[in-house]
Amino acid sequence: MSAGAPPLSQPPPKPQAKALNCPKCGAAITLRCFGQAETVVCASCGSILDAKDPNLAILQQFEKLTSTVKPFIPLGTRGKLRGTDYEVIGFQRRHSTVEGISYYWHEYLLFNPYKGFRYLSEYNGHWNDISVCKQLPACDSGSANYLGEVYKHFQTSEASTDFVLGEFPWQVRVGEKAEVTDYVHPPRALSSEKMDKEVTWSISEYMYGPEIWEAFRLPGSPPEAEGVYENQPSPMTTNVGQIWAAFGIFALLLLVMMVVSDLSAKKDPVFQQTFHWERANAIGEPSFVTDVFELTGRPSTVEVKTSAPVSNQWIYLNYALINQDTGQAWDFGREVSYYSGYDSDGSWSEGSRHDTVVIPTVPSGHYYFRIEPEVDPAVPAMSYSVVVTRDVTVPGIYGIALIALLLPALAISWRSYAFERSRWSESDHPPMQISGLTTSEDDD
Amino acid sequence: MTQPAANCPNCGAKIVFRWSSSVQTVCEYCKSILVRTDVDLKKVGQVADLPPDGSPIQLNTEGLYRNKSFVVVGRIVYEYDQGAWNEWHVMMNDGTSAWLSDAQQEYAVSLSSKLPNLPAAAQVQVGQQFNWNNQPYTVSVITPAHYRGVQGELPFQYWDKTDVTFVDLRTESGKFATLDYSDPEPALYLGEFVEFEDLKLKNLRSFEGW
Repeated sequence: MSAGAPPLSQPPPKPQAKALNCPKCGAAITLRCFGQAETVVCASCGSILDAKDPNLAILQQFEKLTSTVKPFIPLGTRGKLRGTDYEVIGFQRRHSTVEGISYYWHEYLLFNPYKGFRYLSEYNGHWNDISVCKQLPACDSGSANYLGEVYKHFQTSEASTDFVLGEFPWQVRVGEKAEVTDYVHPPRALSSEKMDKEVTWSISEYMYGPEIWEAFRLPGSPPEAEGVYENQPSPMTTNVGQIWAAFGIFALLLLVMMVVSDLSAKKDPVFQQTFHWERANAIGEPSFVTDVFELTGRPSTVEVKTSAPVSNQWIYLNYALINQDTGQAWDFGREVSYYSGYDSDGSWSEGSRHDTVVIPTVPSGHYYFRIEPEVDPAVPAMSYSVVVTRDVTVPGIYGIALIALLLPALAISWRSYAFERSRWSESDHPPMQISGLTTSEDDD
Repeated sequence: MTQPAANCPNCGAKIVFRWSSSVQTVCEYCKSILVRTDVDLKKVGQVADLPPDGSPIQLNTEGLYRNKSFVVVGRIVYEYDQGAWNEWHVMMNDGTSAWLSDAQQEYAVSLSSKLPNLPAAAQVQVGQQFNWNNQPYTVSVITPAHYRGVQGELPFQYWDKTDVTFVDLRTESGKFATLDYSDPEPALYLGEFVEFEDLKLKNLRSFEGW
């Protein structure tokens, strides 16, 4: 249907980078973005030049700080960012002053002749990949909504440019100020820059130094990131809410297991006897053995309950549970003591007249106890009873399991909380000094 | 749809219209601006050299928009205080025409929209909202621009312009609108931002070293 391309008198020249000289100091200047630069900065004398003017008219002269401000990525470096080649063509340092302290950050302008411009920012080793928003964020006082995600207001400050290098597709000047408002939804941040009447929105995504070093094949290693940056993703990769949801499910599971095992526990009474101890008889033969009793079923728990009518007294029993068939023995000592009285705070008591211990996984077989009592020297005689139950549940095990689950959940919650606290302490909404797990104080 | 070839009344070169509804074209050789009349072509002006251009798009660049292929047949070049931009006139494969704008490699496709009661330039302010096709559009920027030149085929006569005010509007869903105050009667274009990759452009310019 088409009549083909109209013939051209001559092929249009291939656009190429332009080499010029600074009208002030004569240093070489390269224009890398094919006629799209508005201003270009001479790297050797700090003159800001009109890139649209064939004579590169000087627009502004600023005091050079090249010795102190040096881009990590030199101008002209190419790198691959998210699959596209970009060349670094401009660099600027900006700062904002909050409560008398100036915070400096660096912005790199990247260019690809087909994809256009993109930015990288760096602050204390934290990097961000920035592009201009194609859609308009919806914003109210404390948050902004962009592409269905809610960004929380982080900070509003005045940013001023204090050092520039290379070329820019807009009129750049040292001393230029803009009102910058940041909203965060880690790992992304949404920023508006207000200059005169024009508002520009940009969206940024957090990047780690090593990613930048790899993308631009930079020598050495990136500077260590200091502190927590506004949109730095939390190292707690899993959502804290999900951790607690999982904890809840496991705790419920444990409860069910406990109930089921308690219901299915046989709780067989296998031995019960009351012994009488007299100091007069105890001399010479302190220990004795009990009758033999049988433990049946698969290896399971054995509960030994000792009771004695002590009152401000104690009795201590050295037990050995011995398997008559194999000679295997479980040695353990139990104390029963109970003290009570009155003092200025009223009545008090300590200890109990009953003691319970559970021996885990005892195989079936014929068993007896060897018991060696030691009794409070003030007591001439005492009766005590021993009750043995086969196959009981041990709630303590479930308690330990619960704690084992609880500890990592608590640790993760705490680390996540500390990270968020550190993040927001740099914002316009610092966390209160004393606060619960909820995040920040809203000052508006 | 191939149009009979005509000759440039200025230099005699062959002039071919690629789009049947084109009203104006520019002679590739002598840069005469030619307007179609009932019988022949009339020279109405001359294009000065266009400024050096960083756009990867050129006449005859082909692409895809909403599953329709298109070819670039013309453009208008504007300048403003932050540089220049192109409004590329594209011919869709269904015979309709659209505009592909390229401002520092931010691409948007828009269509002429004939809606009534458009605001006069003096009435528009940044932040103001307008409702068109049940979409709230917010004025994001008012650009005083300068007509810089034309190339190729256009759907209307456009050559004797100087200062032109453009009002850009955006929505929260990626749509955009432009109010063009080139003529006494404002013109509205409705469109959306598009990603370079999605346009699947072919026959682009090449850049030294890229």
